[in-house]
Amino acid sequence: MATRKLTELASVIRSKNSGPYELTLDVIFKDKAAYDAVCRSQVINKSTIANLYGISEEEVIGIIEFAPANAIKATIVRPYPSGALGERDVYGAQQHAPLLNLEVSLD
Amino acid sequence: MKEYRVLSPTAILGYGFPEESFRAGLARQPHLIAVDAGSTDPGPYYLGAGVSFTDRAAVKRDLELMIEAGLQLDIPVVIGTAGGAGAQAHLQWNLDIILELAQEKGWRFPLAVIHAELDKETVLKAYHEQKITPLHPAPAITEEEIRAADRIVAQMGPEPVMAALQKGAKVVLAGRAYDPAVFSASALLAGFDKGLAIHMGKILECGAIAASPGSGSDCLLGTLREDCFIVEPLNPNRRCTPTSVAAHTLYEKTNPYILPGPGGVLDLRETTFTQLSEQAVQVAGSKFVPVEPYAVKLEGAKKVGYRTVSIAGCRDPIMIAQIDHIVEAVRERVADNFKKYGYDYFLHFNIYGKNGVMGDLEPNSQITSHELGIIIEAVAETQELANTICSFARSTMLHYGYPGRVATAGNLAFPYSPSDFKAGPVYNFNIYHLLEVADPLALFPAEIIKVGEGQ
Repeated sequence: MATRKLTELASVIRSKNSGPYELTLDVIFKDKAAYDAVCRSQVINKSTIANLYGISEEEVIGIIEFAPANAIKATIVRPYPSGALGERDVYGAQQHAPLLNLEVSLD
Repeated sequence: MKEYRVLSPTAILGYGFPEESFRAGLARQPHLIAVDAGSTDPGPYYLGAGVSFTDRAAVKRDLELMIEAGLQLDIPVVIGTAGGAGAQAHLQWNLDIILELAQEKGWRFPLAVIHAELDKETVLKAYHEQKITPLHPAPAITEEEIRAADRIVAQMGPEPVMAALQKGAKVVLAGRAYDPAVFSASALLAGFDKGLAIHMGKILECGAIAASPGSGSDCLLGTLREDCFIVEPLNPNRRCTPTSVAAHTLYEKTNPYILPGPGGVLDLRETTFTQLSEQAVQVAGSKFVPVEPYAVKLEGAKKVGYRTVSIAGCRDPIMIAQIDHIVEAVRERVADNFKKYGYDYFLHFNIYGKNGVMGDLEPNSQITSHELGIIIEAVAETQELANTICSFARSTMLHYGYPGRVATAGNLAFPYSPSDFKAGPVYNFNIYHLLEVADPLALFPAEIIKVGEGQ
C-alpha cells in the first residue's frame, strides 16, 4: 500500500463560499485513476474533514463524489456567516490549506 | 438543426473581456447576449448599503460593447442582478449608466426594467402566512430581523425575463436574478428544453471560468440544441474540456448533482460531458424537475454599526511570543477605561501570521513567523464611538508594557498616517430564506422604458 499526498493526486484543491452560510471544499483529481483510487480509499469523509478543521461531524454538511469532474467535495458550516463581525475570509477562498497535507493510502 | 446560441462576454458585468473574443462570438451570430452582474460573494455590505462592488466606468465599457452589438444584430441583451446585488438602488445605478450611454450614442430601443427588491410589509405578510423557510444552515427568520433589514431582494427565475422579452424589450435590466435565468429565458420562449437551457446558463454565467485555462474576464459561447448543448471559449488560447466544464458545475455549490433554483431543481445525475472538438464540450442529459409550490430565494442585509480599523505590524520576537496575552490585556484596558459609559462595541484583533486567515478552523497553533500583521478593528453604533475604541486600543497596544519588553519606544509599526481608517457602515446578511409564491411574476414588477424617445 502506497501513501501519497493529496497534492500529488489533485490538480485543484480549493475552498469557496456556497452561499453566505456554507464553505465548500473542492478537490479535483488529475485523472480518473486518481479519483477512483481516492474514492476507494474513502479517506475524504466526514470524520477526516471534521478532524482537519477542528469541527464536529454535524458541521460537515456533506461529502459528494462527482465523477464527471473527477472531483470530491466537502461542504461545512461556515464558522461565521460571510462578512459577519469577526469573520476573516468573506469569499471563503483561503480555507483549503489543511487539505494540502492530507495523505492518502492507495491500494 | 434547431439551435439557440448565447454569448456570455464575462463572468460579471464590469469584469471586462477582450474585444477580439467578443467579436469572434458575434461572428457566430448569437441569438442572445446575456451577462450576470452580481453575486452575494463580496459579502453583505453591497446589498445593505445599496452600492455596487463593480466600478462604474468598467460596467459602462462592457455595456457599451454589448448593447451596441445587440442593437446591430437585432438580438436581445439581458442583464441579471443589476448593480451587483439587484435591489432598487443597484437597478437605478445600472439604469443611469444605460441611459447615459444611450444619450451619448443616440440609441433608441425599448428597455425592460424588472424590480426585485421587496418591501417589508410584503415579506412580513408572507412570514405570518408561514411561507418563509430558512435555507440550512441559516438561522430561522424572525419578525424583528425582517424589520431590521435595510434591503431585501428576491431572486427571480426566468419567467419575469421571459415576460419582458415577450413585451418586445430589446434590453432587459433585471434586479436580483437566479444566475442562469438571464441566459435561459429567451431560449425557453423559443421552446428549448428547460433542463438543458438552465444548465447551459449555469455554465455560461461565469464566462470563460468553465474553460481551461479559466478566466472570469473572457467570453464563452453556448449553443443549445434540442437534445444537448455545446459550450466553447472564443479565445484560441483556451479550450473547454469535460473536466473543466463539469468542474464548473460543482463550483460554489453544495451538491453538484441536484442544484436548487426558482421553481425547481436541476438534476444532473444523468448528465454527460463529451469532448466534441479541440475546444468544445457537449453536455446532455440535464433535467429540470419542477418543485411545488414555486419558491424563490430571499436575501437581506441589515446595518450592525460603523467600523474603524488600524493596520500595524510587529517585528519584536519578545512581543510576538506573548501576542495572545497582549491582545487580552489591551482588550481589558479598553473596557476598563470606558466602563463608566457602558459603551456597546465590538473590538477585534486580527493577527496575520497567527490564525489571521482561518481563525478557529486553523489547525496550526504555533507561530512560526518572525513578524505579525495586526489589524485592530472596532465596530460600534456610531462612527465616532468606533473611532474612539479603535484609537484607544491602538494607542494602548502601541505603548503597552508587556513583561520583558526592551523596545520601549513603541510596539507597533504603522505603514500609514493617519493610522486609523474610518470604514463606514457595516452590514450582516440576516435573511437567506425561501419564499413560496403562487405566481413566479408576482414579486417582480416590470416596466418598459422607451429609451431615446423624448428623454
